[in-house]
Amino acid sequence: MARRGPRAVSLRSPLGRVLGLGAAKAGVHHWWTQRLTAIALVPLSLWFVVSLLALPALDHTTVYAWMRQSGTALLLMLFVAVATWHSQLGVRVVIEDYVHGVGARTLTLVLVTFAHIGLAAAGVFAVLRVAFGAAP
Amino acid sequence: MPARPLSPHLSVYQMSRYTLATSICNRLTGLALSAGLLLLVYWLVAVAAGARAYARAAHCLSLPLMKLLYLALILAFSYHLVAGIRHLVWDTGRALERAQSRRSAWLVVALSLLLACGIACAAWLAGARAP
Repeated sequence: MARRGPRAVSLRSPLGRVLGLGAAKAGVHHWWTQRLTAIALVPLSLWFVVSLLALPALDHTTVYAWMRQSGTALLLMLFVAVATWHSQLGVRVVIEDYVHGVGARTLTLVLVTFAHIGLAAAGVFAVLRVAFGAAP
Repeated sequence: MPARPLSPHLSVYQMSRYTLATSICNRLTGLALSAGLLLLVYWLVAVAAGARAYARAAHCLSLPLMKLLYLALILAFSYHLVAGIRHLVWDTGRALERAQSRRSAWLVVALSLLLACGIACAAWLAGARAP
């Protein structure tokens, strides 16, 4: 932070400055998690797109065989989990910016968070079912 | 709701600015990709549900209208990826000067269009190759 003149007196307590948590009591956690998930998604999403394009066909047999491989299953689960996480963080900010009124905003945030967790769980569970399931 | 002006107060900005355009595009493409996650999970669940369920899902997912949706998602993915990398570079404190930012805005548009074209062409070729 830039040095301020002697007249600029901070209203924050020394403890508040040290903790760095701000009004939301979460500090830079949201910002940092958004960046971490973004960095992880660069290779993960590119891997997903490239491997999808490299599949010889998109019929059930081919896709199932592809999803059963350990490496594919692991990366797919990571991709679904990190993508939904990053999505939840992003959609949350959009809601906080554009949905006014405390009640409507809180309700939207709760619904969107639940939806994201549900999506992540369904996606990961689907991959696990294929990975640990019997061969078709 | 407090009476003071709250951010983002869109009406105070010049809507033609590239800064605003690139920022709002990043948000919109992000939202589009969030909706795209629904499709991804639907597809994964369909694979796990077995060959017959997958065939039904594949029928819905390969409707002509869906091709348009995939094209939109490819564009959104490409833009959000490249613009996101631009944000990560900014987070390190680099390239924040006005001239650099204007240059990188054009670079983002060009690179994301190029990437989207590449993915769309590859998908089209793969579709033509597959039965």
